[in-house]
Amino acid sequence: MSSELGLAGQVVELVGRLGGVGAQAEVTVSRGELALTRFANSAIHQNVAESAVEVRLRVHLDGRTVAGSGTTATPENLRALVERVLAAARFAPRDPAWPGLTAPQPVAAPLPWDAATAQAGPDDRAALVRAFVDAAGGLETAGYCRTAVRTVAFANSAGQAVQGRTVEAAMDGIARADGADGTARDCAQRLTDLDAAELGRRAAAKARAGTDPIELPPGRYPVVLEPAAVADLLQNFSWYGFNGRQYAEGQSFAEPGVAQFDSAVTLVDDPLGAAGLPFDLEGTPTYTLPLVEAGVTRAVVHDRRSAAEVGGESTGHAWTGSSTIGPVPRNLRLAPATTTTDTPGVPTTAAGTAGAVADADTAALVSRMSRGLLVSDLWYTRVLDPKSLVITGLTRNGVWLVEDGQVTRAVRDLRFTESYPRALGPGGVLELGRRAVRQPGRWDGVWWEAPALRLAAWNFTGGASG
Amino acid sequence: MSEFEVATAAVQAALDAGARYADARVMHRRYESMSARNGEIEALTQDESLGLGVRALVGASWGFHAVPELSDRAAREAGHRAARTAAASGLVPGPPVDLVPVTPTTASWSSPYDVDPLAVSLATKGDLLVAATATAVDHGADLAEGLYQIWDTTKWFVSSEGHRIDQHIRECGGGISATAIGDRETQRRSWPSYRGQYGTTGWELVDSLDLTAHAARIAEESRELLTAPLCPAGETDLILGGEQLALQIHESVGHAIELDRILGWEAAFAGTSWLDLAQLGSLRYGSELMNITIDPTIPGALGSFGYDDEGSPAVRRDAVRAGRWVGVLAGRDSAAVAGLDYGGSVRADGWARLPMVRMTNVGLEPGPHTLEEIIAATEEGVLMDINRSWSIDDKRLNFQFGCEIGWEIRKGRRGRMLRNPTYTGIGPLFWRSMDMLSSEIVSWGTPNCGKGQPGQIGHTGHPAAPARFRNVRVGVHA
Repeated sequence: MSSELGLAGQVVELVGRLGGVGAQAEVTVSRGELALTRFANSAIHQNVAESAVEVRLRVHLDGRTVAGSGTTATPENLRALVERVLAAARFAPRDPAWPGLTAPQPVAAPLPWDAATAQAGPDDRAALVRAFVDAAGGLETAGYCRTAVRTVAFANSAGQAVQGRTVEAAMDGIARADGADGTARDCAQRLTDLDAAELGRRAAAKARAGTDPIELPPGRYPVVLEPAAVADLLQNFSWYGFNGRQYAEGQSFAEPGVAQFDSAVTLVDDPLGAAGLPFDLEGTPTYTLPLVEAGVTRAVVHDRRSAAEVGGESTGHAWTGSSTIGPVPRNLRLAPATTTTDTPGVPTTAAGTAGAVADADTAALVSRMSRGLLVSDLWYTRVLDPKSLVITGLTRNGVWLVEDGQVTRAVRDLRFTESYPRALGPGGVLELGRRAVRQPGRWDGVWWEAPALRLAAWNFTGGASG
Repeated sequence: MSEFEVATAAVQAALDAGARYADARVMHRRYESMSARNGEIEALTQDESLGLGVRALVGASWGFHAVPELSDRAAREAGHRAARTAAASGLVPGPPVDLVPVTPTTASWSSPYDVDPLAVSLATKGDLLVAATATAVDHGADLAEGLYQIWDTTKWFVSSEGHRIDQHIRECGGGISATAIGDRETQRRSWPSYRGQYGTTGWELVDSLDLTAHAARIAEESRELLTAPLCPAGETDLILGGEQLALQIHESVGHAIELDRILGWEAAFAGTSWLDLAQLGSLRYGSELMNITIDPTIPGALGSFGYDDEGSPAVRRDAVRAGRWVGVLAGRDSAAVAGLDYGGSVRADGWARLPMVRMTNVGLEPGPHTLEEIIAATEEGVLMDINRSWSIDDKRLNFQFGCEIGWEIRKGRRGRMLRNPTYTGIGPLFWRSMDMLSSEIVSWGTPNCGKGQPGQIGHTGHPAAPARFRNVRVGVHA
C-alpha cells in the first residue's frame, strides 16, 4: 500500500469515527512534483518547482454535502480537516441530489512510467531549452519545458480504494522573426522523447515563413488547421459539448445517436492513453470512451451527479470543478485518417519539412487545397453561445495563403466567429491527416491529440486592423 | 517556529547556497465557496492551503521552490533548491538582473471589513443563494445559478534586504445568473455582473448586492432575450455600461501596460503588448477624457493590498493621463530593465507560485455626466451591458466582446432590447473615440484573471463608469 493510499484510508476511518456510521466520505490524496522552466528573449527567466500534497475530502452527512481540502498531511492537520468538514456539514444547506458513493470496483493497471522524467532536475530541463534556443538559429525564442509527476490515491467509506501515478513532460515554444511568430509544441511520457532541437528548428522555420504578411479581407475561407489549432477545437468541444452537466441542462449541442459531425470525425476520450489516472475524483474507473464515431455523436461524459440527473452512469469524469462547471473529457483524441488521397510527389507521413508547413502530413493536405488558408494556432477563443457553440477568437503563430496547393504568402492574423459543430458538420471535413500529434494542456495531465484537418470553410470576421 | 522564522530560514539557506538576493513568503489561505442551482445547494467547499515559496537570485538568474511544510529542515531545503534552480537557469542566461531599490520595511497590514465573511453562518449564506435562485426559476429561468466565494489570506514576507511584512487580506463576493434555453441558443442575464461582484472587503458587500431582489427581473429578461431582435450589424455609436467597460479596461489597457509583457517575458503564452517603452510619456492612447490610474490603495476594491509580494508598498500611479500613456504595472526586476524607478505590482496567487506582474486596481476616472444624459445626447446607437464573452489578440489590440444585453438608442431614448450584442475594434482607436463619460463609478472586481505558467489566477479591481464611443463596429455574428 502506498503512503498516499494509507493516508486516504486513515481519513476515511477518521470520518467514520468522528462523524458516525451515517457519514459517507470520499478522500483523494495527491502528492506531486511539478517543475517548469520558462524562457523568453532566448534566456531562462522563470524557473520554478513545487513539491505539493493535497488531501481532498468530501463528506455527505444527514442529507448535506461538504467538500474541503488541505495542503499538509500531518496527523494533526488531517484530523483538523475532518473536524472542519464535519462541522460544516452539520450547518450546510440540504443536498437532495447527492448521488452516493462509488462501489468497490477494480481499475485499470497503471501505465508504465519513466523514473528519469519523474526525477528530472532543472539542469535536465535547461538542456532542452538550450537545444531549442540553439536550433532557432539566432531568432528570439520563448516558451517552457515542463515535467510533472503525481501519485494519487482514492478511498471512500463504501470500500473503494485505488491508486495511480502519472508522469509527463511537455515543451512549448515560439521563435520570432521580424514580428512573425512560429510555434512548435509536444507532450510525451518521457522527457527524452521530446526533440527540443527539432521543435526549435520547426518554430524558427515557421517564423521565417511568416514575415511580410499581407492583409486578407474577412470571409469564409477553406482552411487547413494544424494540430495546435485543432487542439483548440477539441478543448472547446470538451468543455461545452461533451460536458454531461451542460448536456443535462440543455445547454450542449450534443445529441447522442445523431450524425452531427462529418463522417470523417471520430473522437475518443482516452485518459488511459497517456499521463492519465485510471480513476476520477469519485473513485470511478476511467476507460476509453468514444464520443463521436464516424460522425455520429455517441456519448457525453458524466460524474455521478450529472449521470444521476439524466438517469445514466458515471463515465469517470469527476474533477474538482465538476459539481459547478460540469464533467469534461481532458484527454481527447481526434482519430487520424487511415486512408487518404495521395498526391504524387508529396510524402504523407514523414516528419520534417521546411517553411510554413510543419510536416509532410500537413503538406499533403495543403497540396489538395486550391485556395484557402493554412492556420497554425488559435488564440483567446471564447464562447458567444454554448448551445450553438459559436466561438470567437484569433489566429496566432502563423497564417498563410494557399493557392493551387502551394503556400504563397504569409497573412496577417485574422479574427473568426464560427460555430465549431457547424464547421465540423456533415460535409465540412474534407480531409484528415494521417498522423495525430499530442499537444500539452495548460495543466499537466491534460492533453489534446489530433492530426491536421482540412475544412471546407471557416468564418473569418475581421483582420488584425479591425 | 513562527512563520517569520520559517521564511527567514529559507532566505538564509538560499544565501548560503550562493544567492545574492532571496525572499520568501509563507502563505495561509482559507477559501470557501458555495453554489446553488434552481433553488438547491449544489456545492460547498472549504479549502485550506499553507506553504512556503522561496525565490533566489543567483548571478543573473532566478529560481523558485515551494513546499507545503513549515519546518526548519523543509525551509532550508526549499531555499537551497531555489538557489540550485537559479543556478541551472544560468545554463541559458539572460542579461544582468537588477532590482529597483525599495526601503526595507517591517510592517503589518490588514484589509478593512465590517462583517467577517467566514463568520457568517453557512445556513444564512446558503439560504440567500437558495432563495435568489428559486425566485429566478419562479420567474421563468430554465437555469438559475448563484455563487459566493471567500478568500481569507495571511502572508508573511521576508527578504534578504531586511523586509519583514505580514498582511491579512479578506476578499469576498458573489452573484446570480438566470439562463433561458431556446431551441437553438441560450440567453443569460446576471446580477450584478458575470460571476458577480467582488472586493477586498467583508460580507457587507454581498449583503449590499440584494441578490433576491434582482432575481425576478433577470429571469424575465433572459426569456425576453430569446425572442428579441438580433443586434444589427454595422457602425454606430456605442454606450457601454460600467461593468462591461471594466472588462474593456482590464483587457485592452490593464494587460497592455504590464511591463513583463512589454519586455517580451510573456511572449510565448499570454502574449506581448502593442506598447513600445520608447513612447512612454508621449503616446496618445485615447481621448482627452481617458485618465487611467493604477491604485492598490482603494478601500474595498479587489486589487487592493498594503504591500505587493516583493515588499513594495501600495502606491497610486497614473497609467494614462489626459489620453497620454504615462505609466506601467511593474516589478522590481522588470522596472530595472526598463530604466524605471518603481515596481509595486507583483503578486502570486499562492505560496506555490512565483510572484509576477499583476494588475492591481486599474481604473478609469469618472466624467461629468450620468448614463441618462449620455443616452439623451445620442441620436442613434446601441447600449450594451454585462459581459458575456471576451477575446483580444496577443498584442492587446484587436478585441471582440459580447454582452448579455443591448438596447437600441434612437433620438436620445432607450428603445428595443437587442439579442447577442457584440462589438469589435482596435484598442487605441476605440479609446480615442470615447467622447462622453459618466460619473457613476463602481470598482468592479475580477477574480479570475489568468496569467503565467504554471497558471495563476489573479484578483484585480477596475473602477469604471458608463461611457460613449463613436462609430464602433457592432453586431458581429457567425
